[in-house]
Amino acid sequence: MGRHKISVVVNGVKKELDVESRLLAVHMIRELLNLTGTHIGCDTSNCGACTILVRFPWSEDFVTVKSCTLFAVQLDGSEIYTVEGLERDGRLHPVQEGFWEKHGLQCGYCTPGLLMQSAWLLHQNPMPTEDEIRQMIAGNLCRCTGYVKIVEAIQYAAEKLNRMGVRSLELVVRR
Amino acid sequence: MTATIHGMGHPLKRKEDARFIRGKGTYVDDIKLPNMLHVKLIRSPYAHAKIKRIDVERALKVPGVVAVITGKDLQAAGLSMMPTLMNDRQPVLALDKVYYPYQEVAAVVAEDRYIAEDAAELVEVEYEPLEPVMTPQRALEPDAPLVRPDKGTNKIFTWSAGDKDLTDRYFQEADVIVKENFYYHRIHVAHMETCGCVAHYDPPTGKLTLWMTTQAPHAVRTVASLFTKIPEHKIRIIAPDIGGGFGGKVYVYPGYVVAAFASIMTERPVKWIETRTENLSSTAFARDAYITAEVAAKKDGTLLALRMSVLSDHGAFFGDATPSKFPFGLFTIVSGCYKWKAGYVEVTGVHTNKPPGGIAYRCSFRVTEAAYVIERMIDILAHKLGMDPAELRLKNFIKKEEFPYTSVFGWEYDSGDYERALRLAMEKIDYEQLRKEQEEKRKRGELMGIGISTFVEIVGAGPSKIFDILGIKMFESCEVRIHPTGKVIARFGTKSQGQGHETTFAQILAEKLGIPEEDITVEEGDTDTAPYGLGTYASRSTPTAGAAAAVTADKIIAKAKKIAAHLLEVREEDIVFEKGRFYVKEAPEKSVTIQDVAFAAYTNPPPGLEPGLEAVTYYDPPNMTFPFGAYICVVDIDRGTGEVKVRRFVAVDDCGNVINPMIVEGQIHGALTMGFGTAFLEEIRYDEQGNIYGNTFMDYLIPTAVETPRWETYRTVTPSPHHPLGAKGVAESPTVGSPAAFENAVVDALSHLGVTKIGMPLYPWRVYSILKEKGVVSEL
Repeated sequence: MGRHKISVVVNGVKKELDVESRLLAVHMIRELLNLTGTHIGCDTSNCGACTILVRFPWSEDFVTVKSCTLFAVQLDGSEIYTVEGLERDGRLHPVQEGFWEKHGLQCGYCTPGLLMQSAWLLHQNPMPTEDEIRQMIAGNLCRCTGYVKIVEAIQYAAEKLNRMGVRSLELVVRR
Repeated sequence: MTATIHGMGHPLKRKEDARFIRGKGTYVDDIKLPNMLHVKLIRSPYAHAKIKRIDVERALKVPGVVAVITGKDLQAAGLSMMPTLMNDRQPVLALDKVYYPYQEVAAVVAEDRYIAEDAAELVEVEYEPLEPVMTPQRALEPDAPLVRPDKGTNKIFTWSAGDKDLTDRYFQEADVIVKENFYYHRIHVAHMETCGCVAHYDPPTGKLTLWMTTQAPHAVRTVASLFTKIPEHKIRIIAPDIGGGFGGKVYVYPGYVVAAFASIMTERPVKWIETRTENLSSTAFARDAYITAEVAAKKDGTLLALRMSVLSDHGAFFGDATPSKFPFGLFTIVSGCYKWKAGYVEVTGVHTNKPPGGIAYRCSFRVTEAAYVIERMIDILAHKLGMDPAELRLKNFIKKEEFPYTSVFGWEYDSGDYERALRLAMEKIDYEQLRKEQEEKRKRGELMGIGISTFVEIVGAGPSKIFDILGIKMFESCEVRIHPTGKVIARFGTKSQGQGHETTFAQILAEKLGIPEEDITVEEGDTDTAPYGLGTYASRSTPTAGAAAAVTADKIIAKAKKIAAHLLEVREEDIVFEKGRFYVKEAPEKSVTIQDVAFAAYTNPPPGLEPGLEAVTYYDPPNMTFPFGAYICVVDIDRGTGEVKVRRFVAVDDCGNVINPMIVEGQIHGALTMGFGTAFLEEIRYDEQGNIYGNTFMDYLIPTAVETPRWETYRTVTPSPHHPLGAKGVAESPTVGSPAAFENAVVDALSHLGVTKIGMPLYPWRVYSILKEKGVVSEL
């Protein structure tokens, strides 16, 4: 099995890793980096529990990616953020605050993926309608909440970000 | 000591969320021990086959493989057959035969999960396929293959309840009889976290620690000890954060046993984590029951009697998570919210070549099947009588002044006000207006339906005189210790899987002790520290552990009064306790706080009184609790495609007194969504050869944010008279009550065409074929 030296910026810190060709990104994150907030729920990229933020080397922009269907080597040269990177200097990101305030989580298993997707969607669309929110989280399954409170949580975060006058990922990405 | 107390009734933000929103929860797969090995199970591709040969040699040669375990290895250790929850026995790893698809056949133990997966591919198993039995009807045919040659029959049990003769008599006298056949399809809870464990056997101490995805750690420990002969104090079960359970994590699956065995064998920690496909294919299913229902009534709509005949599929091993005396659970709640003269139920349970583990799916023991059937039948009767389904229900409800009410099956319903709940739902959705709208739309050829479901649940198992699991009585526990500085640790025998016990139990104790909830830590799930309890499922935590918390707090206050009397130098009878303060009845300005008392309990206890301030309660509930609700659903049907759009859904729930309304609302939303999934999307299906359809999230469809309706929830409060807090339990009510509302709505949209039944899931093709048959499909 081939091995590769890769370089990935993880939550603002550059990491040099030696990975097997077939190592999944989610296992790199969970097993090599010990960032266990990123979860595995389905193996088929349906549930979104493993959602992370990635800026690939060829792009200016961050996208959300389901890390269970991505190889670690595909992240070489990328910058990624996981749920552990949302809080900065002891301050919760508005999406984290929103999920807590509005009871947007129960068992907490899907939550990290939903938080990453929410942080990203509010960056794309700072004033989403309820329908837009529902469409943009359709790839993140939650078995506990019935989504009503998740929508409210994201709306809470949108309002807070707008009050603060910042775009969502500005609070996440380390420069 | 002036911190505000957020006790009963406060929508307190959850304590556990502080870690979950930071990605700092600790789920089983997050546990990593030094030197840890990984297990991969090899599973059967056949539903029914003889095992001719298992060759592990090639797998063993893979670098990094430590062992390959087969049933024979377990047999040598006396561990090949494990007990199920209904005292059947099932192989941990198959011996000479496989009984269901994806059955566990062998296990690779390797240095990492990739190597384990590789080597699993190299284990060669030669099978001789046998004819499988894939339906319960087939199981009862005389020429059907025997699923269990050891039992000599495919029939597991026949069970009946009620008065058959009296019921038959009312059917003879009835003006109107309606009859319908239902199939409550097979579904799966599909909690987001699959099952798994980390087993760690420590040779120097001989202690086996098992971090596992379990809802019932204490019962698991006892059964594990009886099964393995490892002394019970040498087994420690830890349920860490659990990513959803809904009943599916009550069971003990072979993977746990294999991991524990592998850890003892290798003297290294061993992890086993299921894939989603393994989870959907082999762990506990729900429903899968064929029900023939009959209702007899007078022509004015007065209900007389009900008769139900059930054929239920339990898979290859009888492993239902159900109280011992109730092989088909609490199905006799099928009398619902109504007054009957008589009722009779008979159930036949059979083996098929499917995995075991019935009941799991957010349901207090077959209550879901019962609520669905009776609520469908009431609508069918209303249709036959030409009565409005709301009117028929209102006419037959048990009245609030008739509680406690003994049902025809002998349950004593504790309290209820069904009429108030239904009238509130009708008002909130504007029922009269909707009926007018429907009438107008029908004239224009548009299809719109209104579905009602008014249900009662039976939860909080349960009184020890009738409820046990494998002989262990279904009590629940709470232990509270107050530290000298007035801070508290409280431990319970239950185990939250997302229900928020760390918050709600702290609120109960805050209310009762007058100590701020932020000063109270709630712990569950570690059998070495928590008091013994039966765990969390069947909506039992608030009815049982919640009650235990209240009783424990009372015990602590009783002792604290003695200490307060000592500090205030008055007689104990002169002390009044209120909101964390003990004061002298005649001189209220003379007072001490609960914190003062706690400190004194350790530093200045009264002479003759044992120091310390703690108590423990094992609560044996006097009765079950009976939460109820009224749901109304409005649907619009696309005449071109058969697609059903849920326009509105109003849910009125009554779970007695509420501890945390925010959490209750969240539970209701979640359970409604599972009811929606059940009614419209979810299904585990097998073909005749035993191939499973729907064992990934690509084809086992759980609701996404897009199709899930915007739930509208309301509440009435009818306290339980026997629960110390007047609470009843709520988390399963909507899974139980909502499926009938959905189907009733879709049927109602088509009732003018003579449609009385569709069948779940309410797939667009199913509705479309009815539209087609009735000639009302519109051109696209």
